[in-house]
Amino acid sequence: MRIWKPYMFPSPYTVIKTLFDLIKDNTLGVAILASMKRIIIGYGISLMIGVAIGLTMVRFKYLDENMSPLLLGLQTLPSITWLPFAILWYGLNESAIIFVITIGSTFAIALAIVSGMKNVNPLYIRAAKTMGASGFNIYRNVTIPASLPNVISGMKQGWSFAWRALMAGEMLTATKGLGQVLTVGRDLADMSQVMAVMVVIIVLGLMVDKLIFGRLESNVRQRWGLDRA
Amino acid sequence: MSIVVKNISKSFLTKHKETHTLDRVNLEIKTGEFVCILGPSGCGKSTLLNIIAGLENASEGQIFLNDQEVKGPGPNRAMMFQEAALFPWLRVLDNVEFGMKMTGVAKEVRREKALKYLKMVHLTKFQNSFVHELSGGMKQRVALARALTLDSEVLLMDEPFAALDSQTKKILQIELQRIWLETKKTIVFVTHNVEEAVLLADRVVVMTANPGQIKSEFKIQLSRPRELENIDLAYTAAKIMKEVKDEVEKVAKDEYDSDWTIEKDRVLPDVDNNMGSGL
Repeated sequence: MRIWKPYMFPSPYTVIKTLFDLIKDNTLGVAILASMKRIIIGYGISLMIGVAIGLTMVRFKYLDENMSPLLLGLQTLPSITWLPFAILWYGLNESAIIFVITIGSTFAIALAIVSGMKNVNPLYIRAAKTMGASGFNIYRNVTIPASLPNVISGMKQGWSFAWRALMAGEMLTATKGLGQVLTVGRDLADMSQVMAVMVVIIVLGLMVDKLIFGRLESNVRQRWGLDRA
Repeated sequence: MSIVVKNISKSFLTKHKETHTLDRVNLEIKTGEFVCILGPSGCGKSTLLNIIAGLENASEGQIFLNDQEVKGPGPNRAMMFQEAALFPWLRVLDNVEFGMKMTGVAKEVRREKALKYLKMVHLTKFQNSFVHELSGGMKQRVALARALTLDSEVLLMDEPFAALDSQTKKILQIELQRIWLETKKTIVFVTHNVEEAVLLADRVVVMTANPGQIKSEFKIQLSRPRELENIDLAYTAAKIMKEVKDEVEKVAKDEYDSDWTIEKDRVLPDVDNNMGSGL
């Protein structure tokens, strides 16, 4: 129909064709594996650090009062801005990207844990106390399960931050991975390849969201009776 | 002597004045006794119960349970709240087992005992339900079962039926009476409902507000099991109501504008008058 020039926006047919080509010569498989490996490591580290920061802040009120604004600020800072530092510290390699991923999602997770634990209904804790629970037992049996809905949505948010950081990082530095395949498409002015990778990124994001976090969330919501509106 | 409340005072400073929520309250509760603490809202009756439970600290005075001073909450004083305070992440049976889990009861014993008490409150059918699937009355039954599993000598109840509809409330009052007769626990029951107090209690303690003190005590010597429809019960309730009404009026006067008064004796006749006896 020639409404616009084909190099401005690719047609669905060429996108699907490129997609199959990418799958056939295994570029896509290698790229997805590389990207997944990075995000799983990065997200795993940020889960650990985030939980540690969150729990420490809940435990020490002084830290909570003084650190919360800082954490909030760091969370709003797009993590790709850490890339120069990451390259300076780790060089142009995996560690730099993983660092950017980690720092992108750590603070969201930490903040979710802090707010989740602070918002636990005090009645639950009083009830547990009258039943002989104290100290760590209250923590393990009441505070943690009670804050789970909040914590899961924080984890989900952390995941989406991590995913964005991964793509940005890969587009700028990586030698393999989805972001890199996309950049190659750009360099070759092959918009159908760019589009194909975008589609893959959307599908992957949706899958993780629905299959992992969606299930976790709906499980919790069903238990708590939050689905009956 | 089971519970001794000795010279308990609780006060806190608000903006300009010092508020005495409780002022030198003394109370002795015998083992196996059912005591209702009755008073208008804001008279500190819940605070007193929380202090007995160990959830709040008194400014002055001490609580003794079997000659041991109470410091902090513990499983020897099970407590029920106005809200059931069940944990939504656990199934009903796990909720009932929670207290025993905290006190380190073995798993098989726990399950067996939880089922026994669930049976006592007639909810074995719902043992695998989640909390949100239960009605308000059922939640309180589960909370009662959970409190009973602790095998504590004392059961503290903070207006446990206040948020229920009146039919459910009646049923649960009768059942609580039955369970008390079965288990022989010492129960301290806080309420603002006079009929409820007379129906359940061996002794009704009326509290005043501002400062929170004990105004008077009534021994209820009616035969058990009692029923709400009983004439003697209604007579006793009216007698106590007179006492409480002054307090309610006092609290209301504090809260409302100064020109407010309660309409005089519209509903409650003086129990001492002998209307019609000269005919």
